[in-house]
Amino acid sequence: MDFSRVLSDATLLLLQGLKVTVIIAVISLLIGMVIGFVMCLFGMSRIWILRWISKIYIWIIRGTPMIVQAFIVYFGFPQLIGMFVPGFRLEAFSAGLITLSLNAGAYLAEIFRGGISAVDPGQVEAARSLGLSSARTMVKVVLPQAFRVAIPSMVNQFIITIKDTSILSVIGLADIVNKAKVYVGASYQFFATYTIVAVYYLIIISILMIVLKRVEKKMNYERKNNRKKPA
Amino acid sequence: MKEKIIVKNLHKYFHDLEVLRGIDLTVTEGEVVCIIGPSGSGKSTMLRCLNRLEQATKGTIIVDDITITDKHVNINHVRENIGMVFQSFNLFSHLTVKKNITLAPVDLKKMSREEADETAMQLLNRVGLADKADSYPSQLSGGQKQRVAIARALAMKPDIMLFDEPTSALDPEMIGEVLQVMKQLAADGMTMVVVTHEMGFARDVADRVIFMADGVIVEEGPPNELFLNPKHQRTRDFLGCVLDHTAPPAEAAAD
Ligand SMILES: Nc1ncnc2c1ncn2[C@@H]1O[C@H](COP(=O)(O)OP(=O)(O)OP(=O)(O)O)[C@@H](O)[C@H]1O
Ligand SMILES: [Mg+2]
Repeated sequence: MDFSRVLSDATLLLLQGLKVTVIIAVISLLIGMVIGFVMCLFGMSRIWILRWISKIYIWIIRGTPMIVQAFIVYFGFPQLIGMFVPGFRLEAFSAGLITLSLNAGAYLAEIFRGGISAVDPGQVEAARSLGLSSARTMVKVVLPQAFRVAIPSMVNQFIITIKDTSILSVIGLADIVNKAKVYVGASYQFFATYTIVAVYYLIIISILMIVLKRVEKKMNYERKNNRKKPA
Repeated sequence: MKEKIIVKNLHKYFHDLEVLRGIDLTVTEGEVVCIIGPSGSGKSTMLRCLNRLEQATKGTIIVDDITITDKHVNINHVRENIGMVFQSFNLFSHLTVKKNITLAPVDLKKMSREEADETAMQLLNRVGLADKADSYPSQLSGGQKQRVAIARALAMKPDIMLFDEPTSALDPEMIGEVLQVMKQLAADGMTMVVVTHEMGFARDVADRVIFMADGVIVEEGPPNELFLNPKHQRTRDFLGCVLDHTAPPAEAAAD
């Protein structure tokens, strides 16, 4: 249990891994938000094919473990696509990004849907009765209110995605867990190394929570403080 | 006098339930029509058909010479001309009072931002709430909310105003302030269709009172006639119970 040895030997290695963890989590959350938003709109569409696409997508992602999804993307897709494009292969990073984005997208779609359905239908009726189209009603009335409702669940999903990145170490993603595994393989410093890894996760997630609390507070402040700025 | 609203043989089904069973109604310019009737008789449904918040199953509705029951009509455009006030206010909870009022005129390019702000302040003055311009709906009392809702509807400069029990969700001491605003509106010549349980308001302000029951218009006439000399037993029963508040018949008790 030699913390100081692990710190001096492995800090650089672990920080490299941490960088990969953070980068893949951030990018896949951004992509996931876009996918989630589109799938959420598909789910409410009048066109049944779009509704079904959304339904099936969410059903598959929610109903299967992410480790299996990662294997399908990393090992399965190249095999499948390789039948048409010989020599096709996916990097662990790309495969991980695809898996994580698809995963976050499905959960975020459900979160957005929940936020939208929490908006009082009376709000929509009021906007429509003033002559706003359904699209303008969505943009001006429904989404701003839905967003506020969805923030806590979105934060939760951000945290889950950051932590789930570690699962992708099984397909060889060079994230912090993968780096730690490599290091303990040689040094046998299991306790110290994984404790340090845990602390890194705690730090990252705590920073995220503090930032998002600030954002949330600011939004509430703007709403509650009636004398702020006469726009 | 110009006919602002013409309803011909309006039927409305919710699945198998026939809620409106052949309504005929004409409202002329500047007229104030009050609709009364027991709960579940279809008053709200009828009102909501007038701006197509509910789709008529059968029949014709013509508003300002536009047949709104025609599917090809741009209903959004027609709605700009028909203000609606709801029982539950439905103010946009994420926007200030002023932004509630300016949202539609600005978004629909009816007014510039400055013009809309000015109009909003004028309307807030008119309903006595100029000091609440920067408040959020959650900071207002029920009566204040409803007055803002009326101002919001008026900001689109509509020709017609529809009210669905605008005072039913209010504490008794706040009903007066809302009715006062509506009275002023009527005096200014607005065409109004008002679903209400306020018999006093109907008597004082309405040009015509309509009694609805079971999806049909049972009886209509000037308030004096309908209140003092109702022709139908149904109307007498209903008025007897709402005016005396004694021995309400089962069908009218729910509200
Ligand atoms: N969206 C809907 N789906 C199914 N049934 C409905 C719907 N809206 C109204 N109804 C039914 O239609 C009937 C008439 O309702 P409506 O709201 O028009 O009555 P009302 O006269 O306004 O009553 P109240 O005085 O209680 O407001 C009721 O039986 C009601 O349950
Ligand atoms: Mg009603």
